[in-house]
This record gives sequence, C-alpha cells and structure tokens, in this order.
Amino acid sequence: MKPAIKRIIFFAALIVFWELGSRFELWHETILPSPVSVYDSLVAGFADMTLVYDLIASFRRLLIGLIAAVIIGTGVGILLARSKTADETLGTLVLALQSVPSIVWLPLAMMWFGLGEGSIIFVVILGGTFVMILNVRTGIKNVDPLFIKAARTMGSNGLDLFIKVIIPASVPYFVTGARLAWAFAWRALMAGELLSSGPGLGYTLRYASDFGNMSLVIGVMIIIGVVGAIVDLLIFQRIEKNVLKRWGLET
Amino acid sequence: MLKDIDLSIQKGEFVSILGPSGCGKSTLLSMIAGLVPATSGDIIVDGKKVTKPGKDRGMVFQQAALFPWMNVTENVMFPLRKEMSRKEGQERAHHFLKMVQLSNYPSHYPHELSGGMQQRVSIARSLAMDPAVLLMDEPFGALDEQTRSRLHGQLEEIWIDTKKTIVFVTHSISESIKLSDRILVMGTRPGTILTDITVDIPRPREQHRQEIATLEEQIMGLLKTEIDKVIDEEQAYEAGH
Repeated sequence: MKPAIKRIIFFAALIVFWELGSRFELWHETILPSPVSVYDSLVAGFADMTLVYDLIASFRRLLIGLIAAVIIGTGVGILLARSKTADETLGTLVLALQSVPSIVWLPLAMMWFGLGEGSIIFVVILGGTFVMILNVRTGIKNVDPLFIKAARTMGSNGLDLFIKVIIPASVPYFVTGARLAWAFAWRALMAGELLSSGPGLGYTLRYASDFGNMSLVIGVMIIIGVVGAIVDLLIFQRIEKNVLKRWGLET
Repeated sequence: MLKDIDLSIQKGEFVSILGPSGCGKSTLLSMIAGLVPATSGDIIVDGKKVTKPGKDRGMVFQQAALFPWMNVTENVMFPLRKEMSRKEGQERAHHFLKMVQLSNYPSHYPHELSGGMQQRVSIARSLAMDPAVLLMDEPFGALDEQTRSRLHGQLEEIWIDTKKTIVFVTHSISESIKLSDRILVMGTRPGTILTDITVDIPRPREQHRQEIATLEEQIMGLLKTEIDKVIDEEQAYEAGH
C-alpha cells in the first residue's frame, strides 16, 4: 500500500473516532468540540476573511523574520567558522543563547520595540538565527579537506577558494540550517502572536480562547500544524533531499 | 618523516614511488605538489622552486575529489576558468574528456558516475591544466581489479600521447612494474629511497610475463626486509611495555 493511502486511512479513522466520541458524548462539547463544529468554525472564519487576514499577517512576519534570520545566521556563521577568536568568544555566547527559547525575549522586545510588529518579528528572528549560525559554522568547518587540497593544486586560494569551493561544499548544511530556522521561527511566531495584538493566527487563537470558542481554537491549531507540515514536507525536505543526493551525501 | 631524499626526474618520464604504508611516499608527493612544506631542502620543478601549489603540477588523489555541485564539464573547466573564455574552456574540457573516453557524459554529475569514471574525470581535469608534471597518489587504489586494469591501459596511452612527466605513488608492485620507466623503492623510518630501479621491459608489457615476474620477486625481497623491520620495531615496542 502506498504511504499516501495509509495516511488517508489513518486520518479518516482518527476523524471518525473523534466525531463518534462527540456524538456519543464520551466527552463534553466544551472540552473537545466535534470535527464537524471545528469544520464549521473554520468555514465561518475563512468566509468572513478573518482567518485569511490572520494567515497573511502571520506569513508576512514569518517571511521578514526568517529572511533576516538566514542572512544574519549566514554572516555570523561564516565569521565563527573563519575566526578562531570569534568562535571562542561570540561562539560560546551563541551556544548559550541557542538554548534559550526565543519567546522569553518578548518582555524585553516589548520594551524596545513596543507592543506591535517589531517585537514579534524580533522574537521570530531570534528563533531562527542561532540554529542557522550553528549550522553554517559547522558546514564551513566540515568541508572535506580533500576538496580544498584539490582546489589548491588547481590554482585556487584565498577568497576564490572560499567562494568557489568552501561555500558550495557546505550548501547541504545551509539547507538544513534554513529548514531548522524555519521550524524554530514558526514556533516563535505562534508564541509571540499569542502574547501580542492581532491580526495573526496566534492572536486569533487566544481571542477564541478568551471567548470560550474551543472549536475555533482547535481550527487554528489545525491550520498551524498543517501549514508547518506542508512547508516542511513540500519545500524544505524536498530541497534537502535533492541537495543531499547531488552532493553525494545520500546513497 | 622523510630523510635524505635526493631525486631527479627527467621530463617525460613515468616514475613510480613504491613503498609500504607509512613510508612517506604520499608526503613526498604532497611536497612536490606544494601542499606540504619541506622542513629542509628544495624541490625544483621545471627550473622553479616549489613554495606553494600551482597549475604546473597537476594532482590526482586516491578519491576523485570532483566537486559534486558541478557537472563533469564544469569540473574539468574549474582550473581553466580564469585563463580562457567559457567557450574555449568547454572545448578544452571536451578534448580531455575524449582522451579519457568520457565525452559522452559532459552534463552528468559526479554522483551519477562509477568510481572509475570519476577518477577518469579527475585525470582529465588535471591534464586540462597542461601541467609540467602529473602527480598521482594511489589513483586507482580504491577501484576494483578489472577497472584498475583497464585504467592502467588508458593511463599508459595518455602518457604516450601527451608525453607528460608522471610521478605515480603506489603500494602495488605489479602496478608500478606495469606502468613505469623507473621505480623508486622507499623504505620506512625514516622514509628514504632504498633503490632506484630502471624498468627496461618493452611496452606493451603484458607479453613479457617472465621479466615482470623476476622483477616483482626482486622488489618483493627488498620490501620484505622493510616490512620485517617495521614488525620487529613494533614487537620490540610492545615487549618494552
């Protein structure tokens, strides 16, 4: 059986079980609304465009934050890989900061950038940057020495060697870094939006929660999960797979 | 690691450096390539002192070391990109790919080729720079027997066609006899040249089995003493602990 068919059967069974559980009142509607009411609230949300605006607003923040994270992460990652002093000082700081969930920066960010866009985007950038830095650093440091030796015997050195050989050789790590940066940034974005003002998926989720609208809460959770899975599977994993194959890292 | 190496190689000569692992034969080759500095003494190639790697010395490693993000043609063009136009580079790449019988694979990527094909691309890439000397560090060591034997034939033809000087590092006695004009047998600890053998078996050599066998035995005897020396040293070291 194809994996796609297995998946469809699994999710269908899950929804049927969930719906039946609600119909036979195994749990109360306020604790876990049925799939049908979740569906209804999603339809209503898309019909009056609130969820559409939420998605647009969330993606806008994500895109800005992620692009900034990838650029900063690449720059700092290259610096750490090339300068031993930077690695021993700034590198340690990056390692320490990486273990701090970026959402804990929100109170400070609100002091610096106010309650709106600025602080959320800041948190998203922090969410993606550190993992990008560490992957770029590792990628550049792990370039096969044989590539460098071969390139040197062919008259390449210095900046030419770096741009033509070292950077392309570490592309697989860049891609993995970007994928992880996206995953962290997406989580940071949702956390940030939950705690700030709208529009945005996270904000709508909290708003629905404040009004006890659990079917919309679940609806938004599903959107968050689906968007996350789609971007990861359809974009990043595909690119990663192609790159690994081309770079001969996957057999 | 290496000691008292005094060696001169004639233009157009095919020289093998043969020795047990750890004798420093690869280090010697890397020094000629300019990848490893010599602590004392000079290496002169074509009248110029070696201080760093350069295009006058092409190097083929045991692993093909092709860049996986470039296709076959782009790989061969890598050393040419600064000295000629793209078109000239492509023509040159095609010429040398033809020489290694891979002109049918110009747009393939390294991961789509077998180990033997990758190594041939690597040879074409080195030849495309038109180096004064081609340095080969156990280039066929990672290949299966049949592929290796075929590549020996191809390399011999290329050498006859291009008249390149080739310095070939190997630990295979038969490989060195099959290919070279001269075999430098190296001993270990310190790595030094024990014997300089001129191979005067006429080519193609397959027909001269008797001469090959005699020479093989002679070199085997030389190397056995060296390998015994290593084993004795190791045992003495173990006994002392």
